[in-house]
Amino acid sequence: MDLSNILLMRFEVILLVVILLLIVGEIFISQAKKDAVIHLSIFLFGLHTAIGFLNLEEGRLFGGMFHTNAMIELFKNILNIGVLILLLQSGDWVKEKIMKNSRGTEFFILLFSSLLGMYFMISSGDFLMFYLGLELSTLPVAALAAYETTKRISSESGIKLILSAAMASGTALMGISFLYATSGSIYFNDIILTVGANNLTLLGFVLFIAGLAFKISLVPFHFWTADVYEGAPIAIASYLSVISKGAAVFILMILLFTVFKPLMEIWDKLLYGIAVATMFLGNLFALRQQNMKRFLAYSSIAQAGFILLGLMIGNQLGAATVMYFVLIYIFSNLAAFGVVQAISLQTGKELMGDYEGLYRTNPNLSLIMMLALFSLAGIPPVAGFFGKFFLFTAAASEGYYFLVFLAVFNVTISLYYYLLVVRAMFLRKSNNAIPYFENKIYMRLGLLIAVIGILVLGIYSPVYEYIYELSANLQ
Amino acid sequence: MDILSLFIIVPVATIVALLFSKNLRQARIIAMSGSLLQLGMAINLVFAYLKERAVSDDIMVFTKDVVWFQPFNIHYSIGVDGISVALLLLTSIVVLAGVFISWKIFDLPKEFFISLIVLSIGVYGFFISLDLFTMFVFFEVAVIPMYLLIGIWGSGPREFSAMKLTLMLMGASAVLLIGILGIYFNSGADGGVLSFNILEIAKANIPIEAQRLFFPLTFVGFAVIGALFPFHTWSPDGHASAPTAVSMLHAGVLMKLGGYGVFRVAMYLLPEGAKEWSWIFIILSVIGVVYGAFSAIKQTDLKYINAYSSVSHLGLVLFALLMLNKTAWNGAIIQSLSHGFMTALFFALIGMIYERTHTRNITELGGLLKVIPFISTIYVIAGLASLGLPGFSGFVAEMNIFVGAFQDESLFIRIATILSVTVIVITAVYILRVVGIMLMGPVRNESFLKLNKVTWFEKLGILLLLLPIVGIGVAPLWISDMILESLQPFIQGLL
Repeated sequence: MDLSNILLMRFEVILLVVILLLIVGEIFISQAKKDAVIHLSIFLFGLHTAIGFLNLEEGRLFGGMFHTNAMIELFKNILNIGVLILLLQSGDWVKEKIMKNSRGTEFFILLFSSLLGMYFMISSGDFLMFYLGLELSTLPVAALAAYETTKRISSESGIKLILSAAMASGTALMGISFLYATSGSIYFNDIILTVGANNLTLLGFVLFIAGLAFKISLVPFHFWTADVYEGAPIAIASYLSVISKGAAVFILMILLFTVFKPLMEIWDKLLYGIAVATMFLGNLFALRQQNMKRFLAYSSIAQAGFILLGLMIGNQLGAATVMYFVLIYIFSNLAAFGVVQAISLQTGKELMGDYEGLYRTNPNLSLIMMLALFSLAGIPPVAGFFGKFFLFTAAASEGYYFLVFLAVFNVTISLYYYLLVVRAMFLRKSNNAIPYFENKIYMRLGLLIAVIGILVLGIYSPVYEYIYELSANLQ
Repeated sequence: MDILSLFIIVPVATIVALLFSKNLRQARIIAMSGSLLQLGMAINLVFAYLKERAVSDDIMVFTKDVVWFQPFNIHYSIGVDGISVALLLLTSIVVLAGVFISWKIFDLPKEFFISLIVLSIGVYGFFISLDLFTMFVFFEVAVIPMYLLIGIWGSGPREFSAMKLTLMLMGASAVLLIGILGIYFNSGADGGVLSFNILEIAKANIPIEAQRLFFPLTFVGFAVIGALFPFHTWSPDGHASAPTAVSMLHAGVLMKLGGYGVFRVAMYLLPEGAKEWSWIFIILSVIGVVYGAFSAIKQTDLKYINAYSSVSHLGLVLFALLMLNKTAWNGAIIQSLSHGFMTALFFALIGMIYERTHTRNITELGGLLKVIPFISTIYVIAGLASLGLPGFSGFVAEMNIFVGAFQDESLFIRIATILSVTVIVITAVYILRVVGIMLMGPVRNESFLKLNKVTWFEKLGILLLLLPIVGIGVAPLWISDMILESLQPFIQGLL
């Protein structure tokens, strides 16, 4: 193998180097200045993100196990930006809550390892690489969910996540083995040629989809979501709902649009049902949530239902709208989680009732939260509107008008509970409102990037046009 | 910079300036100068339009087209005809009057004016858009500030009303979205490219089955904000809880989006659907007209009286639009304008009365003509305009509507017309009842004897609204000509 070929794995290699540097770095950083790890991690990851935007060639490695192209590269960049925002938002949390008792380096190492798994997962060219990536992306997160060792609920969350994840990946593996049994290969390119509508293939396919659906928390594989989000540290809940979900949606899209394309007649009906169930259940359960993390958990379940609208139609338009929506969703959700994080870190409050009168004490945080929620609800001129409108356009282009009707009905339901938060922050007055506090520089930066994303990604149309061009790669 | 985009840019600049304002004084001065500038622009636009119209035969003038989302063929496409020009003028006048009326807002003044101006951006943008996507964006931009405006600065059950209003209007816009997507995906039926542009879609022949399916969705989507019975319930609650300026904008301008959208999108683009479905919507609008007027008779809260009167008057707009002929449409547009000025004036007056007497219940009021003669006199004038007295704009509008409606000789429409004509009498009942109870008679309450005088900014706001009412009533021809000219292409599309 040529050494220049290894450059195709640039994202993976550099991230691995970052992880190793952190391990080595930890040895040299003295106990007194241990928060230098945070600066180091953010700096190194920022560098990694910046390098990611350099041009990269298309190609395959290891006989097709690993492949990359402009679209995959773009998606890795999207994930990078998401993780960078997340790091900025959670740096202070690591410093104040974790570093009291332990070193804190492992937080970054685990997080990056999981991201590395996602890189491999979305670049995979066969099921072996896919499965390795899936596992590598899940296991560190389970450890992170249980990371706040002083809190019992955090351990519970970790256990729940690892058990459900093991179950899900077992199911997916079962599906993969059935697919192997019928097609005689684990390479995506070989399977495309042989996949047909026989019963064993279908069984394998459905089991495999179930495994992925767990990661995206589609109904009926969503039960872990709210509990895990509630118990896990906010940074990890945010990671699960944004990065992990985004990567899983992306690989699901690639597989559906290429490997399983011949089965489209079957999976579009399957997704139709799942989409309707996911939207309704997510939205209806979100209505009564008081805890902001559970609230965002159900809201993110509902959002996943909307994504399926674009997946269903299986063409370039669908791919472009899904990627665009995921990109916007990452920024919107990170902004919302960021505000929850900031408030929780300063005051320990996580209930919607605690947010009453927030605008009069902390106007900027309230405005960011409002923008994020409007973006999630899909109200112009913020980006979420464009993401949703285009998804619906994609679904309507194949004549799914009734599904779009159900979706817009759900948008109206979701608007109700998003407005409940706005109501608490803006309309209510409270005597014991959360007092004014200043955020640290990292948190501010993290929120700022997210807000810029929310404001710009929609109105600035070249973003969508670029994604649309790249989506032609899938055909 | 083109003359129309300024209607977006100037308010945005006003908002940016407001963000940096330090106190109430600065906030109101910035808001006032911004709105004043917009009024200037709107007046200038009327003259520019008349000049341009003399030399140009295009359906829309001052057009500008910039590609926005190329893959979907979405453009930022703007242009105006006589109808939009008139509605822009209405908007700018009501916004300025609204700023004057909210002169004494003390709670979060900066945020109040910002929300008010965001709302006006949505309305301006809606009236100048020629692209369905852009139009839809502005439609939602106009609706969402209402939640904050009613929720933060409202009174009574403000949280409930704000939520109800937002959800009903957003639900309607969700239905509308399907209608718009349906129009979009059928706009290439002749083999052309898919388009969101209204003028291009009008040239394409949308298949009749699609028109049948998507007309009711589009119509209802827009008509909910125009208070179509039975989807009007958001409006009285919203009005009653809203602060004065918001009621003015809400009834005066926001509800006009409904009629305008129905006319420009649903009827213009889906004429066959309109013909097939008009009967059911005629029934609903007649119910709205009569029911609204009867409800107004029974109310004791001044704001509810005017809210239901709005349901009735705007039902008349929808009714006239459904008559599908030029005279009635002319009446519908003038009724939109006239109602816009009139209700804004009413709500302004109600706000002033409430501020002084701290009640809106007419049974607790009485003899106001003796203690606050200026407000009371204007109230009588507004009332007379509302019941369609010649010399005011309401007369011109209703005259056109009913003359137009009688042109259709089918029995069904005759009956519908006769039923809705009764509203003239019923309107007189509820207007005169209020005048009798509230303004005439003895002063009910000692404390009313020492009510505050009318301030200069209140007078200014009121005169601003009264002027066009009388103006349209006394000299209706110039505005009527402007509208009739613009109606020509729509009529051709329908025949």
